[in-house]
Amino acid sequence: MSDAVAEAPVADAAAAEIDASLPYNNAVPGAVLGRWAEESDGGLIVAADKLIPLMTHLRDKEEYDFLSSVTCVDYSKYGGKLRAGVSERFDTVYHLYSTSKGGGHVKLHVRVPENDTVPSATAVYPGANLQECEVYDLFGINFEGHPNLRRVLLWDGFNGHPMRKDWHEAYYDEDAKPFKSRHPAKGYEFHEDKLPWGKNTTYPEGWDPEDWREPITYVPVSQAPGHDELGELDTESIVVNLGPHHPSTHGVFRMIARIEGETILALEPEMGYLHRNHEKIGERNTWLMNMPYTDRLDYINSMSNNLGLALAVEKLMDIEVPERASYIRIIMAEFTRVINHLWSIGFILNDLGALQTPALYAIEEREMILDLFEEVSGARLMCNYMRFGGVVRDLTPNWIKRALYLVHERLPHTLDELDRLLSGNEIVKARGKGVGYLSPQDLIALSISGPMIRAAGIPYDIRKVDPYCIYDRFEFDVPTLPDGDIYARYYIRLLEARESLKILRQALRDIPGGEVQGLPAFASATIEAGFGTIMGGRGGYSFRPPEGEVYQRIEAPKGELGYFLVSDNKANPYRYHVRAPSYINLNGLGPMSVGYKIADAIVILGAIDIVLGEVDR
Amino acid sequence: MASVDPAGFQQLKEQQYLHDQITVPAELQSNVLVTTLDKAYNWSRRSSMWPLLFGLACCAIEMIATAASRYDLSRFGMEVMRPSPRQSDLMIVSGTVTKKMVPAIVRIYNQMAEPRYVLSMGACATGGGPFKEGYNVVSGIDKYLPVDVYVPGCPPTPEALIFGLMKLHEKVERQSIAKVAWYRKESSGFVPVPILGPDIFDPRQIQLIRENTLGEGAASRSSGGGEVRVMPELLSDDVKQNLEAIRTRYLAKMKQPA
Ligand code: SF4
Repeated sequence: MSDAVAEAPVADAAAAEIDASLPYNNAVPGAVLGRWAEESDGGLIVAADKLIPLMTHLRDKEEYDFLSSVTCVDYSKYGGKLRAGVSERFDTVYHLYSTSKGGGHVKLHVRVPENDTVPSATAVYPGANLQECEVYDLFGINFEGHPNLRRVLLWDGFNGHPMRKDWHEAYYDEDAKPFKSRHPAKGYEFHEDKLPWGKNTTYPEGWDPEDWREPITYVPVSQAPGHDELGELDTESIVVNLGPHHPSTHGVFRMIARIEGETILALEPEMGYLHRNHEKIGERNTWLMNMPYTDRLDYINSMSNNLGLALAVEKLMDIEVPERASYIRIIMAEFTRVINHLWSIGFILNDLGALQTPALYAIEEREMILDLFEEVSGARLMCNYMRFGGVVRDLTPNWIKRALYLVHERLPHTLDELDRLLSGNEIVKARGKGVGYLSPQDLIALSISGPMIRAAGIPYDIRKVDPYCIYDRFEFDVPTLPDGDIYARYYIRLLEARESLKILRQALRDIPGGEVQGLPAFASATIEAGFGTIMGGRGGYSFRPPEGEVYQRIEAPKGELGYFLVSDNKANPYRYHVRAPSYINLNGLGPMSVGYKIADAIVILGAIDIVLGEVDR
Repeated sequence: MASVDPAGFQQLKEQQYLHDQITVPAELQSNVLVTTLDKAYNWSRRSSMWPLLFGLACCAIEMIATAASRYDLSRFGMEVMRPSPRQSDLMIVSGTVTKKMVPAIVRIYNQMAEPRYVLSMGACATGGGPFKEGYNVVSGIDKYLPVDVYVPGCPPTPEALIFGLMKLHEKVERQSIAKVAWYRKESSGFVPVPILGPDIFDPRQIQLIRENTLGEGAASRSSGGGEVRVMPELLSDDVKQNLEAIRTRYLAKMKQPA
């Protein structure tokens, strides 16, 4: 009752003063209430009830057809000045891009008071599906009209919404690192010893474990209406569960399918089995501490994850990157792409039933690239190589020579060999062609990005349409294939790896000399220079970016990887969100699998190329 | 007769393979080796220890790299990764164990046939690793399962993993068929499966949790005294009874004619 009464005057006030100078207010009157901040990069505050009309307008009239990211910020502990006087606790943020125009984004903010709802964007952009589920799960925001709002990362019955600022876990120490309890001078205490059960758990007071009945976690796999149309060959449909431990789910991932005979009627992904609380921990870490965590997002491509975060923070702080460092970054990012594509080709074949042999061939050269990574960064997999303002250290003396040998001799040979062995293969063609098809329009509507949409004929590559770093200096093509099926998704990766080699050749040829670190203070992560400052709270570890928010996306090997950061001028990010391509690409898994056989679903999943570290974060 | 013996055979015989109490007919001296049952049993188990095909997180990538051509796990007879727990001897917990996943892991462990081993690969599986403080992260698989070998690293390099596997081989070689737990009548490696409640809980700790959420302990819980720590082996009577009932049912079922 009070809701209705309270809301009416606000709506009236908004209607009374429609500011025509704000964009889109002429098209959708009263939709835009203001800007997020004066010096804003275009963040518009939108009235919740006008969100859907505005989105429809943006999609249909302004060609903003791609909903990149949906996320939420809990402003209840915000320490900055920009939000002074704003009473609503939450703020849902939408980033829209255009796949036809390219270029930058339109950013929409909807302010949400506690316990209020937001209209679901799925009505306009079906790709909001999983992201809204995530926001619901972690923040407890209700999206009205969402077809299937459920806990995706945690489980039904979980106590609370962990990304809220006032939610603390069992091992909670402080709001920001470095924790005082870890000061070297103080005796170290194990968290386990502070809790009677020695585990990372808390239970609400008054809760009785003996009465607890696990809620039946029902993941709706709807019965398709076509059930009796099949006529006399009618079979009963059953629900099949694959995972979370299943050899072909690429990790701990679960698919629940309703099948009739062997044909899939409906399929739902279920994730969260590797939800490692990346964002919660990330908001406690200092900015630089997050760098090694990004390695563990998409753990096949640590270098490009590093690049995304480095670029985002540089954008926030306006840091110049030296030439040489930019070249090194591009070299690393493209090597990573080659690794990723080799890996995914190998494992698509694995899923097709060609167990191990093609995968072994495909990942053989990967070891050579990992050797190069190890030489500069000290680690094969978790490189943690980039820093804000550059990279952590320069290339070793013979590095470029070895890289040139790989790029000119070994890698082209490997790609040709894979092409020769696999592309004409009868089984690959029979199982791949025409399977898992989704139209380009559907792919975009579902917010799918990366090789998946290029395999459906859309030349959308962020390196070209919205260039970052120094990609605009290199000559390369964006390969596309018209088919949009599994075979195309396999083949596009081969083509893209070839383009990466092209970029690598140019970069290795043109790389200039000079510094690799623009702001040495931010790189002082060495034991000698950095450790004192970690604990003392000064120096490289705890610089404070100016207040503001930033969204930086890059073309990661798996698709559009975005970092959304909010700074309130503290040593740790106020909000740290990762737009993970693997997670959002899973929007397409259900629609792509319906109508095909259960064995095809395995390959369809393989061809999306997910990594669970990134799906669940 | 002595000419049939290969060089050093006598020495070998004395050292380990031939038992000096047993006489072997002369014509078979070069063809028969007599050894202890333990040695043969352990040698065969060690040489074909099939891991479960089971990857959790980033560490699994290094596990795959270990199995691939460069590091070649098949040198140890381990290349046959089995997707089915029934056929595998070793569970390599390769990555972060989350609360949502741990019931599945414990179930898989319970499904493995003895003798079975657990290798905890990487910082996460060992103690939570970089994600230890996370609300959905279990601080180490040894909170639920007995672990045989820990391999440190984030991720451990393939060399480190191989070293861990060799340590496990050493452990296997030291075991004796007369003493191993899995041939004993009273032994049962069954681990109660944790349950997803408002937070995950271990059925073995129900009593303890009740004391803290319902009893006077509710207040002292947050004060966090280190002394109240209770080892998970201390099962409550209910749980013991429950386990006993399950076991009796199981045994009764086994006795029934097929
Ligand atoms: S130990 Fe490191 S590499 Fe292994 S799963 Fe944990 S974070 Fe990943």
